Amino acid sequence: MNSNLNTIRDLADREYKWGFVTDIEEERVPKGLNEETIRLISAKKKEPEFMLQWRLKAYHHWASLEKAEAEPKWANIKYGPINYQEITYYSAPKRKPSLQNLEELDPEILRTYEKLGIPLEEQKLFAGVAVDAVFDSVSVATTFKDKLAELGVVFCSFSEAVQKHPELVQKYLGSVVPYTDNFFASLNAAVFTDGSFVYVPKGVRCPLELSTYFRINAAETGQFERTLIVADEGSYVSYLEGCTAPIRDQNQLHAAVVELVALDNAQIKYSTVQNWYPGDKEGKGGIYNFVTKRGKCLGVNSKISWTQVETGSAITWKYPSCILQGDNSVGEFYSVALTNNYQQADTGTKMIHIGKNTRSTVVSKGLSAGHGQNTYRGLVKILKGATGARNYTQCDSLLIGDRCGAHTFPYIEVRNSTARMEHEASTSKIGEDQLFYLRQRGLKPEDAVSMIVNGFCKRVFRELPMEFAVEAQKLLSVSLEGSVG
Amino acid sequence: MRKQETKNVITELETYLESFSEFEKRAAGRNLPWLRSLREDAFARFCQVGFPTTHDEDWRFTNVSAIARTPFRLARNGFARVSQKELGPWRVAGVACQLVFVNGRFSRELSSMGNLPVGMKVNGLGKEIAGNPTEIEPHLGRYVDTQRDAFCALNTAFTEDGAYVHIRKGAVVEGPIYLLFISSAENSPSMSHPRNLIVAEEDSQAIIVEDYVSLDPGPAFCNTVTELVAGDRAVVAHYMIEREHREAFNISTLRIEQGRSASVTSHSVLLGGGLVRNNVHPVLMGEGGECLINGLFVGNGRQHLDNYMLVEHASPRCDSRQFYNGILDGNAHGVFHGRIIVHKDAQKTDAKQTNRNLLLSDEAQIDTKPQLEIYADDVKCTHGATIGQIEEDALFYLRSRGIDEVSARKLLLFAFATECLDRMKQGLVRKHIEGLINHSLFQVANTRAEARANSRKDEGRSWEEMG
Amino acid sequence: MSLLEIKNLYVEVDNHEILKGIDLRVNAGEMHSIMGPNGSGKSTLAQVLARRESYNVTRGEVSYDGKDLLAMKPEEAACEGIFMAFQYPVEIPGISNAYFLRSALNAIRRHRGLDEVDAMDFLPMFREKLKLLDMDEKLMNRSVNEDFSGGEKKRNEILQMAVLEPKLAILDETDSGLDIDALRIVAKGVNSMRSPERAIVVVTHYQRLLNYIVPDFVHVLVNGRIVRSGGPELALELEEKGYGSMEAGARQPAPA
Repeated sequence: MNSNLNTIRDLADREYKWGFVTDIEEERVPKGLNEETIRLISAKKKEPEFMLQWRLKAYHHWASLEKAEAEPKWANIKYGPINYQEITYYSAPKRKPSLQNLEELDPEILRTYEKLGIPLEEQKLFAGVAVDAVFDSVSVATTFKDKLAELGVVFCSFSEAVQKHPELVQKYLGSVVPYTDNFFASLNAAVFTDGSFVYVPKGVRCPLELSTYFRINAAETGQFERTLIVADEGSYVSYLEGCTAPIRDQNQLHAAVVELVALDNAQIKYSTVQNWYPGDKEGKGGIYNFVTKRGKCLGVNSKISWTQVETGSAITWKYPSCILQGDNSVGEFYSVALTNNYQQADTGTKMIHIGKNTRSTVVSKGLSAGHGQNTYRGLVKILKGATGARNYTQCDSLLIGDRCGAHTFPYIEVRNSTARMEHEASTSKIGEDQLFYLRQRGLKPEDAVSMIVNGFCKRVFRELPMEFAVEAQKLLSVSLEGSVG
Repeated sequence: MRKQETKNVITELETYLESFSEFEKRAAGRNLPWLRSLREDAFARFCQVGFPTTHDEDWRFTNVSAIARTPFRLARNGFARVSQKELGPWRVAGVACQLVFVNGRFSRELSSMGNLPVGMKVNGLGKEIAGNPTEIEPHLGRYVDTQRDAFCALNTAFTEDGAYVHIRKGAVVEGPIYLLFISSAENSPSMSHPRNLIVAEEDSQAIIVEDYVSLDPGPAFCNTVTELVAGDRAVVAHYMIEREHREAFNISTLRIEQGRSASVTSHSVLLGGGLVRNNVHPVLMGEGGECLINGLFVGNGRQHLDNYMLVEHASPRCDSRQFYNGILDGNAHGVFHGRIIVHKDAQKTDAKQTNRNLLLSDEAQIDTKPQLEIYADDVKCTHGATIGQIEEDALFYLRSRGIDEVSARKLLLFAFATECLDRMKQGLVRKHIEGLINHSLFQVANTRAEARANSRKDEGRSWEEMG
Repeated sequence: MSLLEIKNLYVEVDNHEILKGIDLRVNAGEMHSIMGPNGSGKSTLAQVLARRESYNVTRGEVSYDGKDLLAMKPEEAACEGIFMAFQYPVEIPGISNAYFLRSALNAIRRHRGLDEVDAMDFLPMFREKLKLLDMDEKLMNRSVNEDFSGGEKKRNEILQMAVLEPKLAILDETDSGLDIDALRIVAKGVNSMRSPERAIVVVTHYQRLLNYIVPDFVHVLVNGRIVRSGGPELALELEEKGYGSMEAGARQPAPA
């Protein structure tokens, strides 16, 4: 028997280890979606009137799309119909989330985060990482708040931002992803319950990595968080996002929205390690991860960089994008997406060049194993006024086994003749040959597999903050279920 | 529209019919039944399909109506007028031999056969057809697809002369075999159809250079086909240099047949010609073959330079690499069409394709089209294309260090062209080509500034109107 | 005791019998050449010795350095000092040549109970070997075999051999596809590796390489059997007469 195959199967047999359920009391609104639900959510959160109105507009827009059956169907993914009336749109841990300090946090939640390897007690934290923990759509704890406040950096839950910084929220909410943007973005705008909010004032280089951990715990709930990050002139912030969910037979919907705004000379680095429950080996259960992420380089010389490592979710459907409006602004997208068993991913980016001398870089690495289907879909659009725009796109697929698939759909629209475009694409297969070569040089099979996979993903891992890069590598080897054919 | 094109085809066909019936009566090997039917079938095919139009996917970016509309006649015996002295500038020292062809016909008198090493044979194909047909028959016309390509059909119909190179099993020819093709319009539109057959038997090694030049301006149409057979483990380097006059039409097809573990490199350097179509079509028939398709095209004025690459992987574990760099100035139009077909059994194929282009003027144009057709499931295919300008920053930087504009431009252009040179093996041929490229880039850099100023006045005739 | 002793070896690949009773002894310090036509089983023999597991040994035994080679996994055989230069070297994108080779060297050193070599000590030695093979230093940081030409890949195999210093080196058609200049460089690299402690087995189709690397013994493999063995003059005889003269006993050719 071929032990190369066995190695990959061994890796394969590791289970999703974040799949436990935390037993805490929750407060929920009844299932289903109507205007009442929206009013109830808004009231529970004691929101100002502008928020309620915005939500209602979003709801009516969404309802019209729903009625017209305008749920998007173009992505290269397959799933059964979603009954939006069977979802609970608000679920929160019962104890009050407005904490003064961590001692007040429900000890069960604290234990959950410890199990996940994310201790919320500040002394245990990695130096230099501030964490906001979102538990079933509600932010339960934000660490290092005081230290950040000294610099004027606002890092809090979205609910808190609505209360304490309504002018910032009103100014930027929906300015990058309007509530009319797409079906799921509309749904999110109507029902989102919480999320993270970041504001970095002029000239401040945020000294900590800001980090949010999202966890879906309750059954039959959707998670609709919304993140808004505003980097004022000359500022810099690096933001990390991690996600997990318990094992459940039912598919759960996660429809988040992330908006980033970078003003003149500002930089935002946004990193994601997405490890929502992917479903079991037969493809049962798992998260539908339908997310809209977009950044706007509003100011000159601004830069937004997306890095994502996507290993979880039954279905991933997301395109972290950059609108390069300011002259000389820079957009980057680095992605590793792994699909295994029956996972499906349709992911990529959109780079919209509007300003002069705008530059974008797209590096996408798709790994498919088992019956996984992995699609890269990317748009690079150079508008008429974007003189001197440049794009570099590299898009590689690695197949592990012969029942999986990789698909590439690059779209390039150029309206300015000075544009400089580079595109590279490849598809390859990890096979017995490669493993045998490495083993013949003395390497153990498991080291050989991890060497090949890490080599393949290197350009993306290099973009992650150190601790995340290590985590991503581990996650990848654990998630590598499947087999070589 | 459609109607008019059909009409074009008919008008010019009459001229070709006339030429063909004349040709058939006097051509070498007219009494060989296999050759006769090869020619006749090809001519029938040509009559059937006519010249391609831009509706044909393979010719989408290249309009050959200027060829179709011109009443080209076969050039006859022109070499009598070419003197040794006129050949002077095209002599290359240090080669194993230099064969000279005038309008496609081999001239022994003008050729220098050198001291040919044991195990190799070079001659005019016509002489071999006449004197040694059994050696030619197994190969001639066995590789090019006259069904797919009208120009190959036309060439095959008029196949008579060209170069015949035969390297025996295990022989290593270290010096280049230099084939010089001179075209001369002789004041009336003339055409030639050189046909080359290169057979490198197993374990042999050779370097072949095809160099296309014009003696005088005027509408000359040179339609070449080269069949190159590389046996098992043979190592062959093939160079094609196009530096004809700006009124010349040059269509060339290099069809490579590779055996097991054979290694073939094809280098094309297009510097001249008005309308040039460069077809390179390797088929990797044997396991473990390797081929490198490397090219540089430099166009300005109204030049149209079309590169059509078709790499077929027909066996497992073959590697192919395509690298083409284009530099286009003035109103030049460049085309790179890179097609890779991986057949069902060609597992572990590793195919890579890169096309990089520099556009030096607003009117210059490039169409680049990758096309991958993969029928095997364990393959690695990569393609990449870039289109860019000379970086003004880099230019300014060099000038701020005291380098004048022309030199600075030339330096940057040369750096770009060097990528292509670096893929050629060090030695005589590379040095020769480096000199040609250098000269050509110097002209481009030199005329760039003036061209920009005069671009409005330069309402020259396009190649479509010529003839 | 011979370094390598093959007795009556039968091997199947995809249910086809490729090797049909091979006997071969190779002593330390010797250079052997195995020649044969396509499909004769040359590469199969090389791969079996490097312990490719999809090749099924149905009969026979192989002892290497007094141990049962057929019981070893590929990495164990490598750690015990067997090196194969691949006919088709594999690309590992994203992993630099230097990192890869140091990982391999350290895996082998660990196995032998030696200290690992750190990057600082490794580089000077690596540079020296690069020079021996006329290879550009840039190759150190390039991904393993990625974007290498066929000739560079083959040279890279010999470079790895020079760094890993095996006891038994098997070169599987390292010469095919090389032009005459590259062939001379590879030959120089191989010759520099000859030593009384090391055995080298050169698998080749064509005798040209043997003009530069003169073997002590030549074996002719036809249809899964060694049909003749002799000195270097046997290669010249083959060059003259071809394999046809020795294929008398050969039946239909089997796939490689």
